[in-house]
Amino acid sequence: MAANRKVDKVSGVETTGHTWDGIEELNSPLPRWWLWTFYATIVFAMGYVIAYPALPGLSGATQGLLGWSSRGDIKSEMQLLNQSRAAMRTKISATPIQQVVADADMRQFAVSSGAALYKVNCVQCHGSGAQGSKGFPNLNDDSWLFGGTMEQIQQTIAHGVRSTDDAETRVPPDMPKFGADQMLTAEQIDQVTETVLQLSNQEHDQAKAAAGQQVFVEQCASCHGEAGQGNQEMGAPQLNDAIWLRGNTREDIRAQINSPKLGMMPAWNGRLGEAATKELAVYIHSLGGGQ
Amino acid sequence: MTVTTLIDRDEARAVNAGAKAKGISLYAAREKIFPKAVSGDFRRLKWLIMAVTLGIYYVTPWLRWDRGPNAPDQAVLIDFAHRRFYFFFIEIWPQEFFYVAGLLVMAGVGLFLVTSVVGRAWCGYSCPQTVWTDLFLAIERFFDGDRNAQMRLDAAPWSLHKISVRIAKHAIWIVVAIATGGAWIFYFADAPTLAYNFATGQAPFIAYATVAVLTATTYVFGGLMREQVCIYMCPWPRIQAAMLDEDSLVVTYNDWRGEPRSRGSKKAAAQGLEVGDCVDCNACVAVCPTGIDIRDGQQLECITCALCIDACNGIMDKIGKPRALISYSTLRDYSHNMAMATGGTPGAIHPSRVHAADGSLLEGLKHFNWHIFIRPRTLIYMGAWCAIGLGMLYFLLTRDRLQVNVLHDRNPVAITLSDGSIRNGYTVKLLNMMPEPRTITFSVDGLPGATLSIADMPEATGRSVDIPVEPDKLRSLHVFVSQLPQFVQKGQTKFQLQASDRQSFEKDRYEATFDVP
Repeated sequence: MAANRKVDKVSGVETTGHTWDGIEELNSPLPRWWLWTFYATIVFAMGYVIAYPALPGLSGATQGLLGWSSRGDIKSEMQLLNQSRAAMRTKISATPIQQVVADADMRQFAVSSGAALYKVNCVQCHGSGAQGSKGFPNLNDDSWLFGGTMEQIQQTIAHGVRSTDDAETRVPPDMPKFGADQMLTAEQIDQVTETVLQLSNQEHDQAKAAAGQQVFVEQCASCHGEAGQGNQEMGAPQLNDAIWLRGNTREDIRAQINSPKLGMMPAWNGRLGEAATKELAVYIHSLGGGQ
Repeated sequence: MTVTTLIDRDEARAVNAGAKAKGISLYAAREKIFPKAVSGDFRRLKWLIMAVTLGIYYVTPWLRWDRGPNAPDQAVLIDFAHRRFYFFFIEIWPQEFFYVAGLLVMAGVGLFLVTSVVGRAWCGYSCPQTVWTDLFLAIERFFDGDRNAQMRLDAAPWSLHKISVRIAKHAIWIVVAIATGGAWIFYFADAPTLAYNFATGQAPFIAYATVAVLTATTYVFGGLMREQVCIYMCPWPRIQAAMLDEDSLVVTYNDWRGEPRSRGSKKAAAQGLEVGDCVDCNACVAVCPTGIDIRDGQQLECITCALCIDACNGIMDKIGKPRALISYSTLRDYSHNMAMATGGTPGAIHPSRVHAADGSLLEGLKHFNWHIFIRPRTLIYMGAWCAIGLGMLYFLLTRDRLQVNVLHDRNPVAITLSDGSIRNGYTVKLLNMMPEPRTITFSVDGLPGATLSIADMPEATGRSVDIPVEPDKLRSLHVFVSQLPQFVQKGQTKFQLQASDRQSFEKDRYEATFDVP
């Protein structure tokens, strides 16, 4: 090496020996403090490797003397988070829901917390925007099977509908299978379908609708009401509005009369607790359809 | 009386003269520089600039500015916690940060302008590294004496005296460093409150950490590393040097009148040799804070502090020669004068070509002229600088202090209500950017049969609702717009959401879309 050392004549500095178009690259000296800083980073890196997880092995990385792990960090952060929320949670679960909403702090906490809980537990059926889908109610609108006040919403969330593991669950009477169980003839079903279409001001056959009126009064009105206004006590859907859980076409309605699909919803009290169902109810109520 | 008895000669060596003196090692230890004290016009200018810049830095956070009860009364405050920037009568919200960006662009163009005229003036006069190093040097001279005394003390063995002056010097340096770091944090919180909390140990950790870091950097950069920061760490010399042209003023050794330099001019003259004005007293080297010899020509290490000009002028005055052997000079003038001195052919400089018999300089030599300030390049920079400044001023004076932002709900886009109405949801942000409470009238405009309703405000319904907004705050609302079924049109309909203040007549509109599936 020393024999190959080249020195630039003008500056007196050693060159790297690399030449481009006759221009040689100088190997200018580094200041020593700079060099020592570089050494210091190497020493720091060694300490880091010993103190923290660093070297990969067959079944995982070395643990490091400090025992630090990112999972541990998350765990302790979550603990801190839950601790910081514990006081508010306790307060909310002990406060009637109307007072939760009246208090600005509690309401804000409940709406934010409810939104987060919704995204984890409810989106699977009701959709990420709470817009629902066929058979799963839209929670934004002003139509409620079991009532749209905060207490009613919380009741539905807490105990569910037709839930098998909750004694207080809502148990609406099952709608009969008018066609499948041959309670009505095909013609009668055809006629009462037109009657239902007429109730909600949709396109229908006048003659058939009039003919189906009798069947409607005998078979349907006891739950859905004389004018099709529905009954929230029984969870019987309103038929004279623009909102249809299982579709508003002639085929949809006929299929439902023939062999109805029945909804169910799990009870959430046991899984999430009092405070969480209250927060969810406040959140759902705030989506615009609450009463 | 000979020249040599009139002036002191410094046995000064330019420690940073390129890499020439450093031998062959790949790693070079810093060589200490002991800049000699100097007096003169540029030194006075530098003291003045130091006083002004340090004064601005330390005093600004303590200036008060009354903004009423709903806003802080600190004249200059960067309030990260509340996301506001206050500058006297101006208040800036985060989305208005482009004003600050505009200032930075102006600073950049201003730097181009200054550099094209007077070279690296930023480096030499107003860079914090230069200002604080100058301050640290002044403190050093107070304790250790001037150059020669400093060198003697540095070479002396450790004694009680040396230890005590060293401790005193470093202690004062650290006090200055703490004051520097301390002043910084006051820009980010109410200064008197923070000062009290800081002193009583109640300030947030970040305040102590910031002061600690800035104290360390000030002490290390200003006291220990000094010119090393400029030479090795700073990209500025590389950038600024590239912005010079041949009409820029740079600190220049006028070798066309200085060479051949001679320590014994009388003796040389007696021998019939021609000598230049430079008496090789090394005063310019001794005063240089970056340890270079300006007579080697332009070099990266030169921060153009002009102290060598002061030093040389002092010598020239003493020996009765014209000033400006070292001067701010343009490359164009220098080349012209050089051509005169060498007679047009590169080679030896003949002092007689530029000097009269009595030693004065001949006519026909070019010297500093104000005309170099006015040339296309500087005019373009000046024009750009003024245009940006006026543009920003216009936007600042006509900006809105009431704003509305609307975000259409995406999921669900539209909801059918039981009566067949269609409802769209919008997240609306009302910005009251004034430091007083206001009632903002929010209304829907242009969508027939539509009404507003607001989540959590059951009483607020209709085509227009009044919404109180706290001073200097943003109020976020979830607004529902419902349109009766008889007016509903499939597809997208444009309409306006409007926020207005009935008292100030301020108004802001947002063109929103109503979606019907």
